[in-house]
This record gives sequence, structure tokens and C-alpha cells, in this order.
Amino acid sequence: MPLLRNGALSDDEWQRVADDAASLPAGAAVIVSFTRFRAERETLLARNAPMGVLLKNIDPVEELGPDGARFALIALEFPKFSDGRAYSQARLLRERYGFTGELRATGQVLPDQLHHMRRCGFDAFELAKGEPLEAWRRALHTFTAVYQPTGDGRIPVSALRRRLFAAAAD
Amino acid sequence: MYRYDEYDHAFVAERVAQFRDQVRRRLAGELTEDEFKPLRLQNGLYLQLHAYMLRIAIPYGTLSSKQFRMLAHIARRYDRGYGHFTTRQNLQFNWIRLEDAPDALADLAKVEMHAIQTSGNCIRNVTADHWAGVAIDEIEDPRIWCEIIRQWSTVHPEFSFLPRKFKIAVTGSPNDRAAVRVHDIGLRMLRDEQGEPGFEVIVGGGLGRTPMIGKTIRAFLPKQDLLSYLEAIMRVYNRYGRRDNIYKARIKILVHEIGAEEMRRQVEEEWEQIRGGALDLPQDVIDGIARHFAPPPYQVQPVFAPETERLRFEDRDFALWLRSNVVPHRQPGYAIVNLSLKPEGAPPGDSSAAQMDAVADLADAYSFGEIRVTHEQNLVLPHVAVADLPAVWRGLVRIGFATPNLGLVSDIIACPGLDYCALANARAIPVAQRISTRFADLARQHDIGELKIKISGCINACGHHHVGHIGILGVDKNGTEFYQITLGGHAGDDVSLGSIVGPAVPADQVVEAIESLVDTYLKERRDGERFLDTYRRVGTAPFKERLYAPA
Amino acid sequence: MAKNLTGTLQIVTANRLRDGQVVFLTRSGEWTSDIARAAVARDEAAAQRLLAIGTVAAAESRIVEPYLTAVREDGDSVVPVSLRERIRAQGLTFAAISADATRYL
Repeated sequence: MPLLRNGALSDDEWQRVADDAASLPAGAAVIVSFTRFRAERETLLARNAPMGVLLKNIDPVEELGPDGARFALIALEFPKFSDGRAYSQARLLRERYGFTGELRATGQVLPDQLHHMRRCGFDAFELAKGEPLEAWRRALHTFTAVYQPTGDGRIPVSALRRRLFAAAAD
Repeated sequence: MYRYDEYDHAFVAERVAQFRDQVRRRLAGELTEDEFKPLRLQNGLYLQLHAYMLRIAIPYGTLSSKQFRMLAHIARRYDRGYGHFTTRQNLQFNWIRLEDAPDALADLAKVEMHAIQTSGNCIRNVTADHWAGVAIDEIEDPRIWCEIIRQWSTVHPEFSFLPRKFKIAVTGSPNDRAAVRVHDIGLRMLRDEQGEPGFEVIVGGGLGRTPMIGKTIRAFLPKQDLLSYLEAIMRVYNRYGRRDNIYKARIKILVHEIGAEEMRRQVEEEWEQIRGGALDLPQDVIDGIARHFAPPPYQVQPVFAPETERLRFEDRDFALWLRSNVVPHRQPGYAIVNLSLKPEGAPPGDSSAAQMDAVADLADAYSFGEIRVTHEQNLVLPHVAVADLPAVWRGLVRIGFATPNLGLVSDIIACPGLDYCALANARAIPVAQRISTRFADLARQHDIGELKIKISGCINACGHHHVGHIGILGVDKNGTEFYQITLGGHAGDDVSLGSIVGPAVPADQVVEAIESLVDTYLKERRDGERFLDTYRRVGTAPFKERLYAPA
Repeated sequence: MAKNLTGTLQIVTANRLRDGQVVFLTRSGEWTSDIARAAVARDEAAAQRLLAIGTVAAAESRIVEPYLTAVREDGDSVVPVSLRERIRAQGLTFAAISADATRYL
């Protein structure tokens, strides 16, 4: 599955590990389910290799959040593109729990959602469909102005207006 | 009125460009209908029975004459020359071609309009009291807050794929004219003990399949906290609203299932985490938006206008119109003029391009170029000098919008129904036409007094039948149209949901049924009682008895 | 309201993608707005064959959401059984106002 990072297609060094796989490949970057993480937390966090976890929409970010810094990757799921729960999970991980690793969108990920996902803190995207890379690139630059403050650091229109007023007043 | 700045212009232009590309990909076969449908819906484009329907957002129901003329232009250029004003203060065009939709949206963008979020599972167009800024009982102009909410909710990155659609209404007056208790979120402006204005926050109301009255989860919210509090509600809903069943996905079901108290607890807990943060509204930002809604440059006008008074005595039609369609304005010497889009026998809420142009001309000449759309599918010229009332009335008579029936039996709300809508079970417009024709006698209408009939062609309740004094719901019985009648609904402060009076009646008996209900009211009423008052006093029984009495 | 009511005679209808107009599948595999030219299936097998043609046209992005609807014969033409489909085929059941009119009726 093609992976988009920093506006370019990228190799995926991460392996997904099934819950019933007995041992994890030594030294490899692996993604485990939240269920497995819950069951084997101590062992997994003691592992000497990059750890990733996949949260389902119903998995509580509040429980994972405090351990967020121990992960190099958190993947969130879009079972259907119309299921928007992962947007809230993403913002909570970034903005409330300060997660700084890779936040990956998986599932039905379409170009027309890229704007929303990036604003909520996603920075890696498993592409669901064979859209040309150009469509994805275009989708990165859909809107130059944004109206909401989120953790992505973009300055919302209301703050830009305040600057204009302040400059005009000087 | 709110005017776009360079950021708003750029945003809407980019949105049009994005949609143009999406339409191109669809027509080229690069997108399937399943993929395209949610994209077109988020731009207000539905596929109905006969064609595409474009629903244009009229934020909080306020329009300039220039915008109104553009709507007339779009009606002529891309449609069949008319549009339909809806119960969400929006305008729908019924005959749009997909290949023309991007051009229509580009024309709209020229006058600072769009169709963003008029459909889809997102925060929809925010509605307000249609007398905002001019009503005498108002605490603060609700449009300031609607505009702040509009901007915050526009392409909100977190809340564009909610479990279901989401509707917010704001009233700036203690007398609710925005039906705030039957919205997903209703905001009612009030003052705290120190006299500071703020909001009562009501959550989980709604009509549709499962009508519910909203619950107050916060008695008073300071203004600067509005957006952080809304974000907290939306986050709780986005995470925990049901997604397993489309009929149980509205926030009202979540509130109903977990209870208002638990909803309040969850919202407040989330809010504690984000209040006072980046969504805090500094006074200068509020002021910046509020400046757009400053009153127009009113002139000193005589409160007593001799020509108006003379005509009132000489012309019975004018006097009747003053009584039912003109209401007091907060500025001395001015009046609020309500235009009835319910002439006898006409489809409720429809306006031709020529009528739109004429209304725009009247607004320029007599109302500082401003027009309002009401959720009862009428229009308003909000600032008319009392001395200009005769001229405005004559202008409205010429275009058929001066029927003195505001709030009366023929001022009927009706959804497009089975004539247009892919979801409908029965027709609504022809039923409204027949009732309006039967009750055409204006003296009789005024004698009957306030009586709100609301008609929906299906359970989705776009015609708000649950809050009609008489509600009419179209149902399909083995391919034949029947109509279920409810009594006693009301959308004001003393909100109530209607009760079903008895078995549904066949289409050809609806008008007789309404006659029977009106007759019962006239027989039962005591001095000064409106239909609703009598119903609340005597209950369903006498109405039912007469309605279903053997002939 | 139901799109289809039971009946042995059926036609395939859809909306044209580019403009949303109501169309009917003809015997020669074209899409027409004239219901009199619609191909009529007289049994279920024929109906499914017609619907399969519609499904291909939808996949080719020419039309949207093809479906079968029951009709009865009426002279040289057919009339849908369901009111919803009669409205689709015949248009509004009231007169809409025209662009230049300043009065209704």
C-alpha cells in the first residue's frame, strides 16, 4: 500500500504484527494493536526497537495518551472515510498528550480528506486508492486560509485579522 | 452586514476550484458515484427526482440586494427561473445541471455566497431570529454569534464527518423566534445577575423521525467561552454519537440514551481541558465581527406619518396588511415589513427571478439594501421608514408578496415533498395550495387568528410538522398518499410537540379535515384565545370527535 | 414513496449524470427522456437483463442509480404504477412560477 509522507511517496519500514503472532521480529519496527499493547504493555515497552500501535476508533486515547512518548508511531483507522472519530483521536494525541511521533492514517483515506487529516495532526497516510500522486499533492494545498486553531500551528484567520488591525493601529 | 475580507474571498474561491475539479473527475469517470456523493453533498448538491438540487446557504437568513439579484440571475441562467426558500433560511434551486454547478457556485462567490455545508454530516448553516438586530426585545444581535460560529465551523477539520448532520440556532432575544429547543444545539441569549449577556446552552433537540425537545446543559455560558464550549460538545458527539444506525445517529439520541446530566458531565469535563485556550474569544475579535452588524445609518423619521395613517383609514387591504405583516422596529420611525411568500394557491416559499429582482429593488429603495429570509419561508425588509410603508406595500402588491396572512391559516410551511424530493412519501405543496385556496377569505383568516399549519412529505420533517399548531405528515399506504394530522405543536419558548389526533386521512379529505379542526376551535374558543390556547385548554378530544364523526 | 410497486411489466429508469434529467432505457440501449420509448420487460429474466445494461451504464458514469419500476400499458406508451415514478416521468403535479412572472397564476 503506497505511503505518503512529507508530500512524497515513501517506503514503509513498519511491519504490522497480528495479535496471535507469537514473537515479534527482533530489532524491527512493528505496529501492534491496542489490545495487544494493553495485554503486554511492560514487555512491549521494554523492547529495544521502534514501537508502533494501531488504535481502533473505539479504543480510548485517554488510556494510551500518557504512554504516547514511548511510541515512534501511532496509527488511527478510517474504517470508512465517513467515520470521523479518528480526527478527534488525532487531535487529542497531538494536542493533549503531546505525541510527537508519526501519526498515520489508515483505512479508507482519500485525497479530499487530506486537508482535514493534516490539520488534526496526521503526517503519514496509507493511500487507499490508486489516485495519481498529483491529486494528493494538489490536495495538500487546497486552502490557504483556515478558520480554526488546531495543533498544526497554522494561524487561523481570526488571528491574522488581529495582526492586521494591530498593524493598522500602529 | 458581514462582508468578506481577503481571507474569506480566497477561501471560497479555493472551495469552488476544489469542487470544479471534483465535478471534472466525476464526469470523466475518475470518481464513482459513491465517492462523489459526499463531496457534492458538502457543496449543497443533491440528486432529486427530476434533476440536481442546489441548496445555497443564507447565513442566519441575511442577504444584501446585490446577493438577491445574483440569486435571480442564477435562477434564470442555470435553473428554470425560480427558487424555493426553506425552513433552514436557505434557498434551493431545483433544476440544476451537474456540469453547470461549479459555474453557479463561482457566480455566487462573486457576491460572497456559497453552498458549503448545506448538506452532509457536518455543522450546517447556522440559523437565527429573522428579526435579528431590529427586534425591540433583543439583548444582542445573534448574527454576531452566528457569524463567529459560521467561521469556526467552516471546513472544521475535526467535525466534518460527524455521525449525522448538525444544526445550530441562536436567538438574541428571550422570545425565541429561532426554534432553539428543537435544534441539535440551541443558544438562547440571556443576562446573568450582573447584567452581562451570555448564553443558555440547549442540546439534543430536534424534529425528524424521533422528535425531542432539547435539554439545557448549561444555564449560563459567558460569551468568550462560546467556541470552546461548542468544541467540547462537538467532540463528545463525534466520539460517542452512534454510528451503527443512521436513525439513531443524531445528538438527541446520545443525550436521550446517556441522559442530560451525563451529557453535561462529559461536555464540562472536556471543556475544562480546552477552555481559556486558543478558542477563547478576545473582545477585540468579537468587536471586529460585531462592527459588520452595526445598524444602518437610520435617519430621524417621524413616528407619525400622515400619508400612512390616511391610507390606513382609506384602504382596508393596507390596514389589514399593517396589522398582520408589519411589526415594530427598535428604531423609532421605522418598521419591520414581512413579505408573505404564501399568496393564495401558490407553492409556499417559491419566488420567481422577477420577484427576486423586484424585492431587491424595494430593499435598495426602502430598506438599506437588506433582506431577511425567515424559517417560516417568508422574507423580511427589516428597516422600512413608517412614512415609506404605503410605497413598499404598493410595490409588494405588484409582485404578490403583500398577502396580509402572516402567522394565519394560509401562511403554511411546506417542504418540497414528493413533487421534487427523492425521500418524500407524499406531496406537500399541492396540499398547501388547496388549504390556502380554501381559506382564501382574508376576513375569515383574521377572524381565525394565529394558526400555524406545517406540512412534511415524510418523516424527516423538513416541514417541521411536529411543531405546527396543526401538523400534517404525508405517509405512503401501499402507493397511496395519506396524511397524518397532529395538534398542539409549537416552536416558541413554550415549545411543544404535536399529538397525533387519529388515523391518517386520504389526500382528498385533508382540506375538509382542516375545516373541521378550525370549526371545532371556533366553537370551543373563549375570548382572546388562539388556536393553540384553546387546544391546550380542551385537549385533543373535541377535535378528534368532530373530525372522525360519521358523516 | 416506493420506487417500484409489484407488477409484471417493468422498465429501467435512472438520472443522467451530467444534468440529472430523468431517463429511461430504450430497446437499443440508449437513454431517453421519453417514457414511450422505454424498453418494457415482460418477465423477471428480461427485467434483470435490462437492469444489467443499466448497471454497466452507471459504472461508465453515464447515468446514476438505475432501477426497475413497474408500469402498465397505456396506448402506445406506458405509465408507471407508483405515484413517485409518475411524477418523475410526467413532471410536477402543479404549475411552477415562471422566471418573468410577478404573480402566481
